[in-house]
Amino acid sequence: MQKYSFYAAIGLLILFVLTALVGPYLIEHDPLRGSLRARLDPPFWIEGGSIEHILGTDRLGRDMLARLVQGARISLAVCVVVIGIAGSIGTAIGTFSGYVGGWVDRLLMRIVDLALSLPVILLALLIGAISGPSFANIVIVISLVLWSQYARMSRGEALRVKNEDYVALARTSGLGHGMIIFRHILPNIAPSLIVVATLQVGVVIVLEASLSFLGVGVPPPNPSWGSMVADGRGLVVTAWWISLFPGIAILLVVMAVNIVGDALTDRINPALRGRTA
Amino acid sequence: MLRQITGRLIEAFAALLLMSLVIFLLSRVTGDPVALLLSDSATEADRQMLIEQLHLDQPMWRQYLSFVGNALQGDFGQSVNAGRQDALDLVMSRLPASISLAAVALAFTLVVGIAMGVVAAVTRGSWIDVLVRVIALLGQSVPSFWLGIVLIYIVSVKWGLLPTSGYGTWQHYILPALTLGTFTLAAVTRLVRASMLDALGSEYVKLARVKGVSEATVIFKHALSNSLIPVVTFMGAFFATMITGAVVVETVFAWPGIGRLAYESIVSRDFPVIQTVVLVITAMFILANFAVDMLYLAIDPRMRDAG
Repeated sequence: MQKYSFYAAIGLLILFVLTALVGPYLIEHDPLRGSLRARLDPPFWIEGGSIEHILGTDRLGRDMLARLVQGARISLAVCVVVIGIAGSIGTAIGTFSGYVGGWVDRLLMRIVDLALSLPVILLALLIGAISGPSFANIVIVISLVLWSQYARMSRGEALRVKNEDYVALARTSGLGHGMIIFRHILPNIAPSLIVVATLQVGVVIVLEASLSFLGVGVPPPNPSWGSMVADGRGLVVTAWWISLFPGIAILLVVMAVNIVGDALTDRINPALRGRTA
Repeated sequence: MLRQITGRLIEAFAALLLMSLVIFLLSRVTGDPVALLLSDSATEADRQMLIEQLHLDQPMWRQYLSFVGNALQGDFGQSVNAGRQDALDLVMSRLPASISLAAVALAFTLVVGIAMGVVAAVTRGSWIDVLVRVIALLGQSVPSFWLGIVLIYIVSVKWGLLPTSGYGTWQHYILPALTLGTFTLAAVTRLVRASMLDALGSEYVKLARVKGVSEATVIFKHALSNSLIPVVTFMGAFFATMITGAVVVETVFAWPGIGRLAYESIVSRDFPVIQTVVLVITAMFILANFAVDMLYLAIDPRMRDAG
């Protein structure tokens, strides 16, 4: 049963990535432009719906399916950029800190603790309130939340690896510090890094959606899944499909990510189990 | 032990100071602070008064000092909205609703989460275990703003069982607390299940069984009491999730707490209130983490000597 859910989750994630990459080219409707004659059309299986708009339309007559597909693209873009930024900065700081040790390590880890102790969602709201919603803002804000987890994890791994015999041997044989970090320490950190990154995909998607739901994420008219749910909030009684579908999309993708993340955690680094939220 | 407590206190204070610096810089460096802090209907005289009050004509460090000085005296300025309420008073008046909701959600989470975790671990591999794990997976993955809307639609609109939103009777607490607690419930369940499984496979549990201790005593006295330590460790994180989740959940359910106040003040660009909410929540956050650290020191003697 564990195995089947793992494969189902992998399949779902492949579908998500494919949708984000090629989906927008397969759908003829424009996700940003609606037609006033087709406002609030229900999905095709409900009376009044048509095959023209399979999942119905929103308040401005925009095709729900086209918007969902475009939303997948936005989610994926935010994930890739955030995890790229937070992962590389966090890993660089953590590896450096653990490798150098001493007071540098103590200072950097204090900063990591501080970063972990701030309610950063509120900072995100604050930044959003001041400078308005934008793709760059949301990426910066979510990266601010997440870098510290990579720093803490890679520092622990660097501390563990740097005392291994082969690293000592590399050093006595004259290998420079930079080379030791790249050749011996980073490859050892990589598996745990992949686990943390996988588990964070779900966190990033939910954070982005929540901020967009509150109006400080991806700016309109771009269809973020979170802002789509917000769009339909006042219309749940008459046009439930507007809020329902994007929510299901988030739920499915995050669930798939969590299943894969758990499986990887068990296989690669059981010590990380339950450590990332 | 005293050294650790003072260390933690200094850290907590540093975190608060850091947050105040961030808020200060965000409000002063990006854009015009006067425009940010005044309402649209302010007169030229209001403008001059604010510039004088905030020492905007003086160097940055002086401005920051007066910002902190005013904050320490409880002066965060006034709301720019109609009524010009004192920002701190406004935040404080919304605090009880938030705290009572978080308390209900946390209590629900701990009771149900621990129960589900224990049952799943004891019946490992059975359909009950599978069910609990599916529930935990769903709870961990569902976005709370969406869950809230779905619950309102099904329970309140379709079935007419509970009020859709608002504040007042105990019925008003059920849906928001459920929504706010779902993610944490999943986390507690997973944590308790995993540590119960570890404990049930440990030497001391085997020994207790060999000695002929009853199964109930083994589960509740030996295994469970040890499995709860990780839950305490994560209490700070749980509380943090609840505070940040409150912004979303209170907005969805029109709950008159500080989370919704944060959202409303952002929508209406009421900057004095925004910065007050952020600082007050940060203070609560840090206080909670501090309390958890102390609790941890108290229940786990091994921590007292370790750094």
